[in-house]
Amino acid sequence: MTATTQGLNRARRREVRRFITGVLFACPWIIGFVMFTIYPIGASLYYSFTRYDVVREPLFVGLGNYRNMLFEDATLRIAIGNTLYFVMIGVPAALAVSFLLASLLNNEVKGRPVFRTVFFLPSIVPAVASAEVWRWVYNPRYGLVNATLKAMGIAGIPFLSSPALAKPSLLLIEVWAQGTAIVVFLAALQDVPRSLYEAALVDGANAVQRFFHVTIPMCTPSILFIALTGLIGAFQYFTLGWLLTNGGPKQATEFYSVYLYRNAFRFFKMGYASALAWLLFILIVTFTIIVFRSSARWVYYGGEGS
Amino acid sequence: MEQTVIQRPLPDAEHKRKRAIRLSRVLGRALIYFALLFMGAGFAMPLLWMVSTSLKTDPQVYHVPPIWFPNPLRLRNYPEMLSQYPFGVYLVNTLRYALPTSVGVMVSSALVGYSFARISWWGRDVLFFLCLATMMIPFQVTMIPLYLIFRNLGWLNSYKPLVIPTFFGNAYYIFLLRQFFLTIPQAISDAAHVDGASELCIFLRIVLPLSRPVLAVVCLFQFMGAWNNYLGPLIYLNREDLFPLALGLQQMRPLMTQAKALLWPYLMAASTCVVLPVIIIFFLAQRTFVEGITVTGLKG
Repeated sequence: MTATTQGLNRARRREVRRFITGVLFACPWIIGFVMFTIYPIGASLYYSFTRYDVVREPLFVGLGNYRNMLFEDATLRIAIGNTLYFVMIGVPAALAVSFLLASLLNNEVKGRPVFRTVFFLPSIVPAVASAEVWRWVYNPRYGLVNATLKAMGIAGIPFLSSPALAKPSLLLIEVWAQGTAIVVFLAALQDVPRSLYEAALVDGANAVQRFFHVTIPMCTPSILFIALTGLIGAFQYFTLGWLLTNGGPKQATEFYSVYLYRNAFRFFKMGYASALAWLLFILIVTFTIIVFRSSARWVYYGGEGS
Repeated sequence: MEQTVIQRPLPDAEHKRKRAIRLSRVLGRALIYFALLFMGAGFAMPLLWMVSTSLKTDPQVYHVPPIWFPNPLRLRNYPEMLSQYPFGVYLVNTLRYALPTSVGVMVSSALVGYSFARISWWGRDVLFFLCLATMMIPFQVTMIPLYLIFRNLGWLNSYKPLVIPTFFGNAYYIFLLRQFFLTIPQAISDAAHVDGASELCIFLRIVLPLSRPVLAVVCLFQFMGAWNNYLGPLIYLNREDLFPLALGLQQMRPLMTQAKALLWPYLMAASTCVVLPVIIIFFLAQRTFVEGITVTGLKG
């Protein structure tokens, strides 16, 4: 009897000791979580109900910021539209291109390592450098594209200065920098069992059918992953938009995060910017949930029968 | 092949069909190569154009049609750009904050990842879930309060807001390290426990030495993240002598325009100098890189 209680006590003591060690090891994150995540989230929520210009104390305005946001701010509506363009067109486009490139790389071709490097490198180029390089490539008179066109007697393309072309031009830079997605897709493609292709071949499927009925379904888990990370990234798109077009021309590239940054650190409307941040969060969560919910219909997980 | 032909000459139709299959296969290969070369040229173009421009004189820059291989090469653009503009200062500034963040993130994330992977304690799984959940929160939500905290602490125009938080772990790296720690056999820890080793001792003497590759990945990713980071320095720094390369590169354009210097060659030379270290790191650690991406990509 006493032996078992003693054993129980010892087990409990060991558990307590394990708890203490575990918490001690994890304490950097626990402390950081409270200081740099929990507190800022709470503070941001509070500021979103105030008018706060940093100099004076925050002034409580209730739902005023949210009301402005939803009913009065015309620029915000444009910013949401521009950002949705990136989310709805840019993300699928970038995904399709990187999947295609990964599929091409998945063939036994000569110089594959070289091609892989060429496709991957743009994704690690620092955003500031790629901004300078593309500014020069897109230069209306002497940039690579327009100087070539001019030599052929074709009128130049106003990549970044025309409201119609500015967004697609920025999008092209994003598509160029999809190395991570290519690597993920390539790994997924290499995991597709050979036997499935052989079975499809026996059934008389041609290359296109094999691609759509074997390759793509088997890669849907990584397609989902890239779609979700791409979506979250597109909502937060900032650096290149800020550096290259800074909202212009005619607000064609006024993206959500650019507009938010401007409100916070140029106009010092900290309260309003906080409310904007919360709306952004809600938008991201909503879209993530929609994509995640839909994934039950189109994502195929090898293990789940059928 | 010839033997079969001798034994049984193929009927004409079958012969044609075989040739058609071979032809379509050759065409398919050609198509793949064509697509790879075409896309590859497109993808390589901006960076090659950058390097090419960095070696030009002004007339070469403004030449129509564009010149890909400038002759003569103006290599002097590099030393001139480096000596006339504060590129060196920006570089030192970048290292001054990028290196400490790499160390900080590695040490703290390893400790936390170890706790989440190899010590089973009450509440651990809830906290791990919370840790993963923080990755969902956009930086924009915490950005403003963080700015205000660091402002009140008087840390603006210093590297503290960029460095100190990294010493409290980073959810992404914690996850990466935890996944790796889980693959180390538990039996090793159990044996060490029986021998009376403390958890810290197991962590330092057994687990960390086994984890060198993944620790290197964390260091590299963080270093490159800091090297590339634009928004962070933009918010916290507005004194030019503190600018890292990310902000400094932008600062050079007005300086160059003012000095009526070789604007594009110098700018492209500076951009090349910003890109080059990243590419060198990539080539040195190509394998670790790709593994790092696939591990987080497929299991995340």
